[in-house]
Amino acid sequence: MNFVASSSGPLEWNYIAANFGYLASVVMFMLAIMRMGRVKTARSGNFLAAAAMLLAVVSSFVEMGKINPAFIVAGLIIGGAVGAIMAKRVQMTQMPEMVALLNGFGGLASTLVGLATFYSLLGGGTLSMMMGREGGWFGAINLVLTLIVGSVTFTGSVIAFLKLSEKMSGRPILLPMRHVLNVLLLVIPLAMGVAAVWFVSNPILVGLILIGIVLITFILGVTIVIPIGGGDMPVVISLLNSYSGIAAALAGFTIGEAVLVVSGSLVGASGMILTQIMCKAMNRSLANVMFGGFGAEPAAGGGGGGEYVGVKAADAETAAMIMQDAQSIVIVPGYGMAVAQAQHAVREMAKILEDKGASIRYAVHPVAGRMPGHMNVLLAEANVPYEQLFEMDQINDDFRNVDVVLVIGANDTVNPSAKTDKTSPLFGMPVMNVEEAKTVFTMKRSLGGGFAQVKNTLFECPNNYMVYGDARKTLEEIIKALKEG
Amino acid sequence: MDTGAILMLLYVFVLACFAGYQLISKVPPTLHTPLMSGANAISGITILGAMLAARIGPGAPFNASTILGMLAVALATINVVGGFMVTDRMMGMFKSKN
Repeated sequence: MNFVASSSGPLEWNYIAANFGYLASVVMFMLAIMRMGRVKTARSGNFLAAAAMLLAVVSSFVEMGKINPAFIVAGLIIGGAVGAIMAKRVQMTQMPEMVALLNGFGGLASTLVGLATFYSLLGGGTLSMMMGREGGWFGAINLVLTLIVGSVTFTGSVIAFLKLSEKMSGRPILLPMRHVLNVLLLVIPLAMGVAAVWFVSNPILVGLILIGIVLITFILGVTIVIPIGGGDMPVVISLLNSYSGIAAALAGFTIGEAVLVVSGSLVGASGMILTQIMCKAMNRSLANVMFGGFGAEPAAGGGGGGEYVGVKAADAETAAMIMQDAQSIVIVPGYGMAVAQAQHAVREMAKILEDKGASIRYAVHPVAGRMPGHMNVLLAEANVPYEQLFEMDQINDDFRNVDVVLVIGANDTVNPSAKTDKTSPLFGMPVMNVEEAKTVFTMKRSLGGGFAQVKNTLFECPNNYMVYGDARKTLEEIIKALKEG
Repeated sequence: MDTGAILMLLYVFVLACFAGYQLISKVPPTLHTPLMSGANAISGITILGAMLAARIGPGAPFNASTILGMLAVALATINVVGGFMVTDRMMGMFKSKN
């Protein structure tokens, strides 16, 4: 429903037709997002959402009537081509940075819509109506919020993209006085927004102020995300995902269009839910993730540091021999599996073991990897049936009945000290009880700390054996040994 | 835009947030990534605002707004096309044993 059009001018047939189109697309978006929440209906849900988007775009053309669409078509062609190429080329291991980049584009698009709407109002004399004092305060506040949320989403996502693609260090970068800086970078644009309403009679000045707001909040996006380390990226991506939706909803307020408000809110809500799930899985508050500078330096003293004592190592052949005779095997993947691109080797090994009569399950921690569901997507790519994937809560009480646990590139999520050591920075985080299994093999390149830079007491457990090396190479050696054995 | 219309949109906003929360909670972890990329594509709905800005017609002459609008159309379309396609690719990979 376009509330701007409804408040001025007579109702035309195309306006009415378009609004029925919008209404239908809103219903379709709702149904689509419902279907996307179940594995069996997910793909059709995505298709329905795409159809809803197409219907909304067609309805918009109908509503605009006789116009010159040259610039719209140009944008559609350029964007469509770039989007299609990106979607075809991206590797599954690159999904986190792809999602980050798309979040950023969404945010920037909403910022540009805000600015463009402002400029289009300049000519028509409607600026004072929108930003003036006759009830236009809300419009002004909303425009400023659109710019702020859109811009923060954009640069924040670009930084997340750079960190995830390792074009920039994944370690937290802590600026001096960063909390004060962040507050200033938020308060100044808000104050400038108020000033913009004050100077409404001078559109050039208002335009400059709005551009200033965008530039300052570009910096804010950077300063918010650089202190956050790679391991906390699942939270950051979820949050930016939510912001990109909120920016779209705010843009909907700016142009007075309900479809944007509804769809944007759906995205905002889904991003918020994922953010909550991720924080809960780490037993940390959102504020701690965002502002805590977690993982910046090795945890000193307490249960954090210290040398490893009595760590046992095994080679690939030994691991193969023991797994060969195991009845029940659980594979616990982590970010290291993604880095080594080991998912196909994992699947190949699992297949051989299954043929030898073993039961294979995969235990996935909610924050394993760099975004929500990262491990699940990689294992799906390697043709692991989703019935074999288990959530931590489903499998955690069953580790004691397991013969062999194979930890592949996971660290903090299998650290028993999170359950026992009150001085550990990880204390309270739900972890997998892998040490309860009869035998644990931990594939890792070295004894180096994980993201949290905390000593992992699993490595000292009497039933744990380290298998050092690149996960994929080690797995290939195990496969070779299994085939020969 | 008059105050009544804005308040109406505010109702829509709050109700949609609530509905979204109800619709999406309890999504299995397997679907977290595709849900995110699919939601991302949906946030490309901002394309409607971009199209309004990029059009040339009565009451919308060619000016800075047109160019900003075209850029916004392109960015939002990347989101929409890239998001839906990559989500479909991922969801196509989720296979059952049978």
